[in-house]
Amino acid sequence: MLARVADGGAGGEAWRMSQVVLFNVFNGLIVGAFYALMALGLSLILNLSGVINFAHGGFLALGAYLAYTLIPYIGFWGALIVAPPLTALLGLIVERLLIRPLYGQDPLYGLLLTFGLAYIFEDVTRMIWGAQSVPFQVPGWLMTSLSSQYFFLTGYRVFMMIIVAAAVGGLFAVLKYTRLGMRIRAGTRDLDTVSTLGVNVRVLRSLNFGIGIYMAGLAGVLAAGLLGLSPTIGANLIMPSFVAIIVGGLGSLLGTLIGGLMIGVVSGLAAVYFPSATEAVIYVMMGLVLLVRPRGLLGEEGRVH
Amino acid sequence: MSAARAPALNAAVCLLLLFMPFWMSAIGGYTELATRIVVMGLAAMSLNFLLGFTGVLSFGHAAYFGLGAYGAAMAIKYLDAGTIPAIGLGVVIATIAAMIIGALIVRLRGVYFAMVTIAFGQVFYFIAFRWNAVTGGDDGLTGWHRLPIDFGFARLEIFNNDKAFYYFALAIFAICVGAMAKLLDSPFGRSLVAIRENERRARFLGVPIEWHVWLSFVISCLFVSVAGALYALLNNFTDPRALRFDLSGNFVIMAVLGGMRSFWGPLIGAAIFVALQDYVSSHTQNWMSVIGLVFVLVVRFFPRGVLGMLRSGAKA
Repeated sequence: MLARVADGGAGGEAWRMSQVVLFNVFNGLIVGAFYALMALGLSLILNLSGVINFAHGGFLALGAYLAYTLIPYIGFWGALIVAPPLTALLGLIVERLLIRPLYGQDPLYGLLLTFGLAYIFEDVTRMIWGAQSVPFQVPGWLMTSLSSQYFFLTGYRVFMMIIVAAAVGGLFAVLKYTRLGMRIRAGTRDLDTVSTLGVNVRVLRSLNFGIGIYMAGLAGVLAAGLLGLSPTIGANLIMPSFVAIIVGGLGSLLGTLIGGLMIGVVSGLAAVYFPSATEAVIYVMMGLVLLVRPRGLLGEEGRVH
Repeated sequence: MSAARAPALNAAVCLLLLFMPFWMSAIGGYTELATRIVVMGLAAMSLNFLLGFTGVLSFGHAAYFGLGAYGAAMAIKYLDAGTIPAIGLGVVIATIAAMIIGALIVRLRGVYFAMVTIAFGQVFYFIAFRWNAVTGGDDGLTGWHRLPIDFGFARLEIFNNDKAFYYFALAIFAICVGAMAKLLDSPFGRSLVAIRENERRARFLGVPIEWHVWLSFVISCLFVSVAGALYALLNNFTDPRALRFDLSGNFVIMAVLGGMRSFWGPLIGAAIFVALQDYVSSHTQNWMSVIGLVFVLVVRFFPRGVLGMLRSGAKA
């Protein structure tokens, strides 16, 4: 990609450099949008149920592979609509059978169980769809560049940003304006009181889990179109999602969103100036945030304990 | 709970460990497997110093294990260091890293602590992965092997002799485990358990919580890095997987599987886990599913581990 920019030859050195920077910032924003989508789902589950869902990456991969399987029958658009809810359905089953008994226990157990699930998911996707990466077809017209100057502005990338923005906007709207969203927010603050007021906490947690997994499935379909599809796609995205939550601040979904976009851009910039630190830089950033503000950018006081 | 209070169990563990290379081959194992059990057992017991006895959930101990491994390997490869100084260097590097990261996370608890330790572990993974020229990148650090140990009056040939290396590893294991038992029996160790049982009350009683948790974290990482250094020596090789988060998860499951409220539990967990991993990975390609299933089954059916179950069985 960088080589292509260097060969482009339009304008002077400074212009070229600015295009490289712009390209990487834009790329960082897109990757950050994935982190954010994934981290928002993780955050939802963590805030309400206190479970770190290590299998989130596995659900993401599953969503992507489901879409891959469905595309020949119902096309890309059909898969984009159908695969995420299917993933969420599977998430609901897993939650009901395995995760529900662990609520209220030492967080160690939820983490260990989902850790094991992540192993199983990765292995099963490998068994069914093979260890090699598979081509993931998105409609051809989406792959054309929208601008001759800014070649990286392909239709798919712009389209993806729109979908992510819509999904995030939708999530925040649901949380703010619907009865379910209100209950989730209230439950995040004080689950006992919400329960006393007659809300079925079990159902609430299930639905909340389902929403989180839906986001993971959606992120999977979108990511597969951009990054290609292999069984490790989820494992590669989960760590940065943790960083996004920590940087953004535990308990704040807005913080998670900002954290995700931020670490995306930061690692994009690192790719320009210090390529070998592309991955490590976000952890350095996390260290700095913890040093200055242990609860994260928008984290609530007291959540860290 | 502590080592001193179960003399029968202590004696049994000591005897089993002393003769492991001999009974191991009788049940279809081999000496290297015995050494791996001792090394992983040390790692799991070190983690449990923090997890089981201080009640702090670290999910990133592979980082310090791997730093110990890389430190020792690089000391031998680049500095021509002897075996003992090489282990020493690995431990120093890992402990300094633990001191710095410990200072950043010492105020966090519970899930948040776990999440931050997982994430921090990845820094070292990516450094080892990316810094090809020094670490060998993804291929790992090769082109070196463990050297005979020269005591001045005698030479211990540990390179070509599997059993000699086993007893060398066992001696180091014994020193580390003895030190941890001593620490847990000291007033410091008691206050760690007090933090686990009720942090707020411990704080009211004047225990400097942050300082103690930090110390416990550093001590735990120090001993885990000894295990890491031994692991590199065992394989005459190390690669970025020695630092990766899945190994951290394996340490935690070993501790839980054996019983994290008991001193020897993690060793038993490590023995079961290592033997199972060895068996499964040589019989099926889908070993990941089997290991994953072990995690799920342990959490759902043996959350208190083997020793925890035995103990409650004895009481009933």
